[in-house]
Amino acid sequence: MATTLKINGTSRTVDVDESTPLLWVLRDILDLKGTKFGCGIALCGACTVHLDGQPVRSCSTPVAGVGGREITTIEAVGDSALGKKVQEAWLDLDVAQCGYCQAGQIMAATALLKNIPKPTDADIDTHMSGNICRCATYTRIRAAIKQVAGVEAAKTEG
Amino acid sequence: MRISKSSRRDFLKVSAAAGGGLMLNLKSANAAGNAAPSDLNAYIKMAPDGIVTIAAKNPEIGQGIKTALPMIIADELEVDWKDVRVETAAFDPEKYGVQSAGGSTAIPRNWDLMRRVGAAGRQMMVSAAAKTWKVAESECTAASGVVTHTASGRTLKYGELAAKAAALPAPDLKTVTLKDPKNFKIIGTPTKDVDGPKIVTGQPLYGIDVTVPGMLYATYEKCPVFGGTVASANLDEIKKMPGVRHAFIVEGTIPKGSDKINPSMDVGLSGGVAIVADTWWQANVARQKLRVDWNTGPMVAQSSAGFAAKAAELAKQKPEMEIRKDGDVDAAFKNAAKVVEATYSYPFLAHATMEPQNCTAHFKDGKLEVWAPTQNIGNGRALCAKVFGIPESSITGHMVRAGGGFGRRARPDAFLEAAWISKVAGAPVKLIWSREDDIRHDTYRPGGFHTFKAALDKNGRLTALTDHFVSYGADGKFANSANIAGNVFPAEFVPNLNFGASLMPLGTPTGPLRAPGSNALAFVFQSFLDEVARASGRDPLDFHLDLLSEKRVAAAPAAATPPGGIPQPAFDPARMRGVLTTVAEKAGWGKRKLAAGSGLGIAYYFSHLGYVAHVVEATVSRQGQVKVDKIWVAVDVGSHIVNPSGAINQVQGATLDGLGQALGQEITIARGGVVQGNFDDFPILRMNQAPPVEVHFQTSNVSPTGLGEPALPPLLPALANAIFAASGKRHRDMPLSKGSPAAV
Repeated sequence: MATTLKINGTSRTVDVDESTPLLWVLRDILDLKGTKFGCGIALCGACTVHLDGQPVRSCSTPVAGVGGREITTIEAVGDSALGKKVQEAWLDLDVAQCGYCQAGQIMAATALLKNIPKPTDADIDTHMSGNICRCATYTRIRAAIKQVAGVEAAKTEG
Repeated sequence: MRISKSSRRDFLKVSAAAGGGLMLNLKSANAAGNAAPSDLNAYIKMAPDGIVTIAAKNPEIGQGIKTALPMIIADELEVDWKDVRVETAAFDPEKYGVQSAGGSTAIPRNWDLMRRVGAAGRQMMVSAAAKTWKVAESECTAASGVVTHTASGRTLKYGELAAKAAALPAPDLKTVTLKDPKNFKIIGTPTKDVDGPKIVTGQPLYGIDVTVPGMLYATYEKCPVFGGTVASANLDEIKKMPGVRHAFIVEGTIPKGSDKINPSMDVGLSGGVAIVADTWWQANVARQKLRVDWNTGPMVAQSSAGFAAKAAELAKQKPEMEIRKDGDVDAAFKNAAKVVEATYSYPFLAHATMEPQNCTAHFKDGKLEVWAPTQNIGNGRALCAKVFGIPESSITGHMVRAGGGFGRRARPDAFLEAAWISKVAGAPVKLIWSREDDIRHDTYRPGGFHTFKAALDKNGRLTALTDHFVSYGADGKFANSANIAGNVFPAEFVPNLNFGASLMPLGTPTGPLRAPGSNALAFVFQSFLDEVARASGRDPLDFHLDLLSEKRVAAAPAAATPPGGIPQPAFDPARMRGVLTTVAEKAGWGKRKLAAGSGLGIAYYFSHLGYVAHVVEATVSRQGQVKVDKIWVAVDVGSHIVNPSGAINQVQGATLDGLGQALGQEITIARGGVVQGNFDDFPILRMNQAPPVEVHFQTSNVSPTGLGEPALPPLLPALANAIFAASGKRHRDMPLSKGSPAAV
């Protein structure tokens, strides 16, 4: 079934079963490999994209449910000033280890900072705990979010 | 993604030589044109504009080695890091030597080699400049990609010298002049991951992102019971599903009828059903309709509950095997002022790498090409050569960044499955495991059971210790990573000591998980020693510093280094006292007044040549909920921290990895299969559970060693000891969720 999606500012028509999760349309039909497969049941956040600016788990979002909403993926999150600042903070603090979850982390962090420009630690816990980092780079993820927000981060690198 | 295949005119042949050294022959280059980059050796390519491309020889799995090894070369080469580009090397052990990730070995194995490779490149640049100026090389110096003739002040840039340098005879690596370490500029400077820009912008980088023209996608359903095979499956129905190109049964290569696992990593090809489709999602949808009758085999009788009952029975008996015996424990117990006894256990664990197991393979005309996010392509190549009966030279493997390894990707099962499915399908195939496949078909960190007894004399000193370790294995051989060595601490520091072991046959495959062996043994030994310290009436830090003050049993002579191996120097108690003292000082051990319900726990461990000590501050609520407030870590991995940015990240990550294990990770076996399947029942630590981790490095005058592993093991006992200090509740079974108080 042909479905038209608005992805990263461009209209793309794909011919897939409408129950196909957005994740696999992005990765294997549209060749946008930045969005990652982690768990398949919305437990890890590796597949996080934005629909109209709000974070969703693309592994559990059938394309049929997307409709005309604007999809933003990691490949284009840097087109917004905030998304770019988040990416730069991630680089500046050398956050990644294996890096596999970081696309999802950046998407979740950008959405958090858009909604709450100066998040507290509790806000970060609430909004980022759906995204697993198996390498446990949480110290730097937290620090990077605070850097973008202009909030002082705890010093832990004696 | 594309894998670059640069042609190299020069090559560096590396082969094992007597005494474990490396013999390197550098073939001289043809004269290179000015436009193209010039290869100085297999690792270094110098462009006319001064941009230097350095080959990263080892697979990157998140340990930062793709950045760290080129940093060492660049420092000795005397180039600025901003002028360095890093490329993953071709998989070619003939040229690069060992190219695997595991055991925190890359730094100790390559520190000297990388320095020499870089120094050789620098020497070639200096020679080329000296020849140009017709002066002695000794009158020239190199820095920041420029050679300077000191007397005249003349300079030539490396880019200008590249072609000339590449045509020179290559220096003997054994005799190149290394820099004085005090002049290191890149080593020791925090340096960002070279793949960072690609990671944060979502560019294809990982195994799961590989695309090959004409590629199909596969799923592979294996028997829930290890070693089981397919009796029948509804293949006709599956083949009619949308997008499905092939559906077939794979017999597998695992010997039938055995309830004992193969202790090697290449357990073979598990039987199952492959579904190959135009997209992975179509293959996955078809898989939901798959109905398989399995021949489960004898392992279906095995369960975690059964193992626990059997272990309790064995623990009452004399150990089947003697691992170590020092002095006379019976006499020591008879003369003891105090005896402490306790039993400990820990569960099986999965690795749960963030990137599920996957592999892309193309089997064509008797040749195999594989793109593998693996820790060890060599293992996969050897296994496929054996299974398919083709020479290793017919198998080309490409190293692709892996989304986490932790030991899981040392086993080449997905590698072999992808190759097999490609061969049958007659097309390139990308096999992706579901998360459930990944959790249920792992090589698990083996569980274990320990029964300890210790004797204290009237001065509160440890005079005897015994451990009966009930583990897994058969015929006197431990299952993979289920062993205990005779020199596990506190062996050699207690005059009377017995380690014994008894084994239970196990059908589930086991394998290394980050800091194999140590990740379990640290918990049991360091927790029990904390019990002993408290029974002695002394402060645990004082007790440990005293215990570490002197060896009380002559150490066995250090084993000879095997060819291609790395030296294994003996445990140095002074270095351990160093990290212990540092971490205690930083955490304010004995100096701070803690709130009611809060406590500090301390633990230390020597693993993978690294010395690490943790202090955990935890608060236990009146309802019994545990909150970890802060963690301090002190680390000694030798004379230099190659990349402090990566190193701090590894230490924080390994520490929090240990916390995640402790809080709730457990793999349970029932009816021969694994019960858990995803992150709901096998929880990974999350942001709201991650306390601050403060890291301190101290240096010792020995060559640097690895850091992927050593910072995990002591966290678990430090946590258990902190909970005891806070609440008086001793956790002797992992994870903490096994007993109250609940952990959050």
